[in-house]
This record gives sequence, structure tokens and C-alpha cells, in this order.
Amino acid sequence: MSAAEHEAITSSEYIKHHLTNLTYGQLPDGTWGFAHNSAEAAQMGFWAFHVDTLGWSVILAAVFFFLFRSVAKKANSDVPTGLQNVVEAAIEFVDGNVKSMFPYKNAMIAPMALTVFVWVFFMNAMDLIAVDLLPEIAKLIGVSLGADPHAVFFKVVPSTDPNITLGMALCIFILILWFSITQKGLLGFLKELTLHPFSSSNPIVQTLFIPVNLVLELPGLIAKPVSLGLRLFGNLYAGEIIFILVAILYGAGIVFAGVAGVIQIIWALFHILIIFLQALIFMSLTIVYMSMAYQTDEQH
Amino acid sequence: MNLNATLIGQMVAFVIFIYLTYRFVWPPIVAAMAERTKRIADGLQAADKAEKDLELAKQKVVEQLTSAKKEAAAIIDQANKRAIEIVEEAKEKARLEADRVKAAAQAEIDQATSRAREELRAKVVTLALAGAEKILESSIDQNAHNELVNKLAAQL
Repeated sequence: MSAAEHEAITSSEYIKHHLTNLTYGQLPDGTWGFAHNSAEAAQMGFWAFHVDTLGWSVILAAVFFFLFRSVAKKANSDVPTGLQNVVEAAIEFVDGNVKSMFPYKNAMIAPMALTVFVWVFFMNAMDLIAVDLLPEIAKLIGVSLGADPHAVFFKVVPSTDPNITLGMALCIFILILWFSITQKGLLGFLKELTLHPFSSSNPIVQTLFIPVNLVLELPGLIAKPVSLGLRLFGNLYAGEIIFILVAILYGAGIVFAGVAGVIQIIWALFHILIIFLQALIFMSLTIVYMSMAYQTDEQH
Repeated sequence: MNLNATLIGQMVAFVIFIYLTYRFVWPPIVAAMAERTKRIADGLQAADKAEKDLELAKQKVVEQLTSAKKEAAAIIDQANKRAIEIVEEAKEKARLEADRVKAAAQAEIDQATSRAREELRAKVVTLALAGAEKILESSIDQNAHNELVNKLAAQL
């Protein structure tokens, strides 16, 4: 259904179109509006928004919130039914994970883990919707509003946008710093960064070790949010590209279309695992990082 | 693929939704689940207790049944004894009554017999006198032979 409609454009253009965000920012002529191509989007610099991914991200979070809130409103200890079962299963799963990995007292960690888990799961699940369905609808709407059909970019999977994944990872990084400092004190946190892994009872040698330790510890600290965000992004981005490639295959004749159908089903089935797994990994690492921030007497 | 303010937008959204979940979603559901856990635990405990109670009740029933049986047996024994007593009493009474009736009857019979005998004797005297008169074809001096006739009557 896809490439045939795009016969005017080449495969690489098709892929490129699919991987470009609908970006809102300051246009070269000084006015604010949507970028007409990726070059223009790049020129907008930092103060631009990916309306599509950010929008879907917020929509999915709202879906998560209202879904769970509807259950929370009428939550009671009677026999649970329907949606309540699903929600309670999710909460019990997250709660179990938090309890096993985070042995400290903080009422915020479990709700955060739940938000991360379900939200990331929903964002990843957008990958299972046919790659062209939502962009085509967006194109129809965009054209009816007077936009150039080739300028209507629409990425629907928020977790294939590094801004989204790194945004979440950055929040978690800030929380890591916050909890490290509040739990260990600023001095304790700095000591952790400077007095490990090499330490000596001789003060002069210890002073010499400080920069070495810092060089070793700082990348480890910074790698936490970067790896957290990029892992999710990379996995979903790769999955998305394969879905796009399969979609191109549909336009390459009846035989290839049949092959594409089989591949798509197999990849989609496999992708269900990835969707869940990446959400789980993101949540687990969040909990582990929080737990590490709380850990006071760390021995390397 | 370029990093831009989307990052900040996502961070803001993330913080907001964590807060919303922390404030409105997590506590009521977890509380409800904890309450259910407690209710189930209580229910199981109650079931255990009920089972124990049942066991105790069964034991009690057996005990009571045994004692009731014993009591019943005692009562029946007593009743039997009493029944025998009553029968004996009744027999005795009946025997006495019978004796009394018999005695009365005997007395009556005796009375009737003696009366009949008296009557008979009187009649015999009259008959004997009449007979003797006829035999002798003469009237016997009532006074002269009175002693003889009386002797005769007494012999009858």
C-alpha cells in the first residue's frame, strides 16, 4: 500500500521522509512555523520542537494516566474485573521489581517506575501500527489545511526520537545526582567520585589519585543517562527502519509483496518481545540507578 | 535526528506524569490491593478457625452423644425397674382385691347357704309335720310332740 503511492519518489526519499520529524521552530525568514524539509529543520537549531513525537508521547502518557486513573478511582478490595486486573497486574509487576531492586524508603520510586514502564511500553507499541497509516492520515489533514504533501512529516513512535529517550534519561540523571547528594551529602558524593577506585592512606598519594579517580568515575556517571536513552532509541529506531524497509518491499511486485507480508508478521511478532523488553530494561535500570544513588558505603 | 527543545518538552512531560502517577494513580490502587491481600489473609485465617471449630464441635457432639446415650440407658433401666415395681404392685393389689372379692363372695355364699339351709329346715319341719300327720292320720299334739319334731328337724 505504501511505495506504490509514492511512485513519484525514490525509496531513499521514502525512508528519509519517514525518518524526518514534523518540526516546529523559527524558519530562516524569521517567522515561526513547520520546517519544509530536514535541512530547514536542522537550521532551526535548539529551539525547535518535534511536534509529532512529542505530541504522541504526551498523548500516550495521557492515555496511560487516564486508563490507570479510571481504575484508581473505583479501586476497591472486592473481586477485580476487566481492566482492573490488567492495571493491578502491571502495578504488582512494577512493585515487585522495585521492592527487589530498591531496598530503601522512597514513595516516589515505584510510581516513577510504573510511569516509565507503561509509558515506554506504549511509545514502543506505536511501532506495531502500520508505518504508513498515521503519516498518511496526517498528510490528508495537512493537505486539507493547505500544506505541501511532501512537507508533512510524521513520526509516530516517540521512542525513535532521541530527544524523547534522552529527555527521560536526563530526568533520571538529575534524580541520580539529587539522591546522591541528599543521601550522601555533597562531600560524600564527591568523595565517591574522587576516592575510588584507587585510594591510599598516604595523603599525598591520595591527592595524586584524585584526578585519576575522577577520570575513571565521571564517564561512568555520565554514561548512565546516555546509555539509558540511546539504548532505547537505538533498539526502536532499528526496529522502525526494518518496518519501513518491509513497507518498501510491498511496492516491488506481487512476489516481493508476499515475502514482505511474511517478513512483516515475523518481525512484528518478534517486535512485541522487543517492545516489552526495552520498556522493562528502561524501568529496571531506572530503579537500579536510583538504588545506586542511595547506596552509601560503596566498596569497589 | 537533531537534538532540540523536544528534549526539554519531554522532560517537563515526564516530571508532570511522574507526579500525576505518584499523586493520583499509585496510592489508591496499591491501597486497594493491600486491603484485598489482608482480606484474603483474614478469610483464610477465618476458614482455618472455622475448620478447627468444626472439629471441636464434632468432638463435642460425640461426647454429648455418648453421655446422652449413657443417660438414656440409665433412664431406661430406671424405667424398667419402676415398671416391674408397678407391675408387682398392681399384681399385689389385684391379688388382694381378688382375695377380698373372693372372701366377700364366700361370705355371701355362706350366708346364702345358711339361709337356704334354715329355710329348708323350716320347710322340712313343716313337711315332716304334714307327713307325720298324714301317716298318723291324726293330729299330733303340737305341744306334746314338739320336742320330738324339733329333734327331727335338727337332724336334717
